[in-house]
Amino acid sequence: MELQIFGIGILTWIVFIPIVGMITILLLPDKNRNAIRWIAAIATGIQVILAGVIFAAFDRTKLGINDAESFQFMEKFSWITVEAVPWVGRIEINYFLGIDGLSVLMIILTSIIAFIGVISSWNIDKMVKGYFTLYLLLVTGMMGVFVALDFFLFFIFWEVMLLPMYFLIGLWGGPRREYAAIKFFLYTFVGGILMLLTMLALYFSVAYTDPATGQSVHTFNILHMMNPANYVDGGLLSGVDTTWRYVAWMALFINFAIKIPLFPFHTWLPDAHVEAPTPISVILAGVLLKLGTYGLLRINFPIFPDATVYFIYFMAALGMISIIYGAFCAMAQDDFKKLIAYSSISHMGIVVLGIAALNTQGMVGGVLQMFNHGIITAVLFLSVGVLYDRTQKRGLYDFGGIANQMPKYTGLAMIGMFAALGLPGLNGFVSELFSFLGAFEAYKWITIISVTGIIITAGYILWTIQRVFLGETPEKLTNLKDLTPREILMFVPLIVLIILLGIYPSPAIELMNSSLSHLVEFVTGGGL
Amino acid sequence: MVEQTLHSISLYLPEIVIVVTLCVIIVADLLVKGIKQVAAWIMLAGLFVSGFFVMLQTGTTDSIFYDMAAVDPFAVFFKVLLILTGIFIVLFSMKNTELEEYSTRIGEYYMLFAGMMLGMMMMAGATNLLLMFLALEVTSISSYVLAGYTKKSTRSSEGAMKYIIYGAVSSGIMLYGISLLIGVTASTDIYAINEALNAGTEQTLILNLSVLMIIVGLGFKIAVVPFHFWAPDVYEGSPITIAALLAVASKIAAFALLIRFFSVTFIDSAGLSVTGTWSSIEGIHWDVLLGGMAALAMIVGNLTALRQDNIKRMLAYSSIAHAGYILMGLVILTSEGLTSVMVYLFIYLFMNLGAFYVAILFMNKTGTESIEGYKGFGHRSPLAGVAMTIFLVSLTGLPPTGGFVAKLYIFGAAISAGWIWLVAIAGITTVISLFYYIRVVRNMYFFKPGESDEAITFDTTSKIILFALLIPTLLLGVYFQPVLEFARNSMLMFGF
Repeated sequence: MELQIFGIGILTWIVFIPIVGMITILLLPDKNRNAIRWIAAIATGIQVILAGVIFAAFDRTKLGINDAESFQFMEKFSWITVEAVPWVGRIEINYFLGIDGLSVLMIILTSIIAFIGVISSWNIDKMVKGYFTLYLLLVTGMMGVFVALDFFLFFIFWEVMLLPMYFLIGLWGGPRREYAAIKFFLYTFVGGILMLLTMLALYFSVAYTDPATGQSVHTFNILHMMNPANYVDGGLLSGVDTTWRYVAWMALFINFAIKIPLFPFHTWLPDAHVEAPTPISVILAGVLLKLGTYGLLRINFPIFPDATVYFIYFMAALGMISIIYGAFCAMAQDDFKKLIAYSSISHMGIVVLGIAALNTQGMVGGVLQMFNHGIITAVLFLSVGVLYDRTQKRGLYDFGGIANQMPKYTGLAMIGMFAALGLPGLNGFVSELFSFLGAFEAYKWITIISVTGIIITAGYILWTIQRVFLGETPEKLTNLKDLTPREILMFVPLIVLIILLGIYPSPAIELMNSSLSHLVEFVTGGGL
Repeated sequence: MVEQTLHSISLYLPEIVIVVTLCVIIVADLLVKGIKQVAAWIMLAGLFVSGFFVMLQTGTTDSIFYDMAAVDPFAVFFKVLLILTGIFIVLFSMKNTELEEYSTRIGEYYMLFAGMMLGMMMMAGATNLLLMFLALEVTSISSYVLAGYTKKSTRSSEGAMKYIIYGAVSSGIMLYGISLLIGVTASTDIYAINEALNAGTEQTLILNLSVLMIIVGLGFKIAVVPFHFWAPDVYEGSPITIAALLAVASKIAAFALLIRFFSVTFIDSAGLSVTGTWSSIEGIHWDVLLGGMAALAMIVGNLTALRQDNIKRMLAYSSIAHAGYILMGLVILTSEGLTSVMVYLFIYLFMNLGAFYVAILFMNKTGTESIEGYKGFGHRSPLAGVAMTIFLVSLTGLPPTGGFVAKLYIFGAAISAGWIWLVAIAGITTVISLFYYIRVVRNMYFFKPGESDEAITFDTTSKIILFALLIPTLLLGVYFQPVLEFARNSMLMFGF
């Protein structure tokens, strides 16, 4: 399926619209703050519309994953080709975009979160031009990762996100922003180097035969890397269940685990979240963390099915530890943002556990949980942001009785809280249920232990509600204004999604079901 | 005989133009007093004309002056790089507060600069051990004097002194090595040496010793660990333009010489496709030795750069580290490895000169060389701040900048040849390098400028030069096919 606007594919549009916005912003003078904000809003707004078009036109039956034919909205152009020379063979890098059931939900999530992030950035007054320039660059990077099917392209988009994020935390963040920014940068950069090395090793191990000329072509094409027939004899990563394949899997896994973040690679996250400005926290938790699990599913699982099966218990165990550890840590926090940061670690653990189940249920649950967590955690961070804007405080003990002061706000925030808790009828419940059901089939004990994490989660969420929204209002906080229309606007779409997907999750599940079933078969079948 | 000489001269025009330029500069410096920067303009014109003649040689493969030097795509590639660097350095030098203090002696500066260019261009083409040594010495002696050009400053004199002493000793060692090699093989022509070696020699010990000594001499020129001690002091002491020239051009020339020397002399051409490298000398594992040097350079360079506060010293250590990365490509003497070296050098030229240029601009305006003194610069001069950020990010090796492509190719070549440990070290040290590069960025942006600090503005010429460096750095990150093909096509060495 193809869809073009002015002769350019829709995926290129959705990835590069923010760049167009960014260039427009760069051309404007610093003073036109509102124009700058509006351009950012329009650019991300167009992305939402395009995502809607993709959602409507997406063929739910096609498989994707390793089959180039069944990817949708594909765009493939030769980017860099160096003709054959002795000893090396032909070199090929493609501009290769396409989506399947695995990525389509992520694209929708990214566009929504990016748009809401802009609305929530409206009251940023410091260096507006620089802020939105970097913001839009970041959005392009995120969107690009979800649609790239060429490893080289994937890597470029992946690393493009680093620098904007570094500045967005470091320049617009809280008091310890510098420390948080460099910590984030270093952690992800280490992961990036690991991925770079693995990518190169894969590149030299994979060569497909060009049907037209019969030449052997080295390629970064991810789909070619999934086909065992394409591995050259004697390549570093050729064969099945070799030590180097395990090493390569582990290198990639560490990279993605840093992003997710899984215990024990998670320590950058609380710092980054606490120091980042609200919209950046929203982006960070809403989209960036999902890149990690997405990478696992797009790259680790299908390219290294043998190693995936070999390490699957390890992965599930890390998921379990993250769930429990994250929840306990969240319980111990008295900073609202840190609490949500740790709850993110816990909830992303559920995703990892779900996909580690290697069955359709768990996988669907895991990917749905990625989407749901993105939505829920965005609501939570926005809630903190609203309070912080009014009081400059984030301590859980600083508040109380907010419900009397700000009824609209309390209503919306509580829905987010309950969704995070996993209350039936809201979206978090559905995906957690699926994840745990799938995981239970595969690992009885690990799942049983993990499920206790839900109880702890209920504990800290209810306790937070009690501390913040209920009880006596401290004297200082008696004149709080309820939500402004702009703030309501940024909450409403998310709340609608929370409720809608809680009651009727099928539209989301239908999108990915066939792709994910195929992925499960592909991995458990050893890539054949 | 005359024909051969005339033919050779016709192919030697680029170098001859530089010699003529050198002479004209001396005369003009004596006679012309009225025109400002006359020497600089002559130098610039000379470089352009020389570059034009180099371009004419594209595709030529020939040997000149009775096999003393080669004119081949390989030499052309490096000469293009050298002249490009030379042009940028002249442009840098035209507006530089450090040099303005010595404006009465500026003719000297350009004369020596031309001498250095001559030596470096000869290094790119030399195929005879004697000419190689001669070229190296022409380059070195000119650069010793240039390093001490700002003679009123003690650290400049100190740097120059260290440079001479180190340089003289390593040249001596190298010359001794060369004489041993000539003794063993009874020839000074590297192709003849190659033949002699492939025919077999009994003198393994002497052969190994001679190669070791030559590596010492060349290792000094590219400032690779453990022959790097001179570099930070010299960079810090030299005028910053000369530091940039040493960091870029001198490295490019030395790598050209190193590649040609090793890949011609010690390769068994018959067994090339199978084993690739080093087959003509037994005894020492030369690839492991060079790999070890590369690893040391990366580790020492990056770790020491962490603690520097002077921007010149920081860039000096960073260039030591980069020499290590480049040397990785040389460890794998396959065409893949060498191509990656050439791609790296090409990109390194723009990004490193770029970083130096922003440092020059800041120095001209504020006089600071200290990284701590960079606080708030990003706010005071958005353009230069953004440019510096891009150059430093490129030096770190993050996409989508040229530096990433450079690292990609070097790492790729090493991985494909199975040098996993070396690549692992390169990867780790790359992460370390992020610290000190990003520190500059941090200082520029994460601190507010003081109340009294005004905005830093630049004139149009400076901006044009900046963009001339910035655009390739960015463009090479997303579209590098032309460079790749240029480097690949330039792999062809005369008779090889």
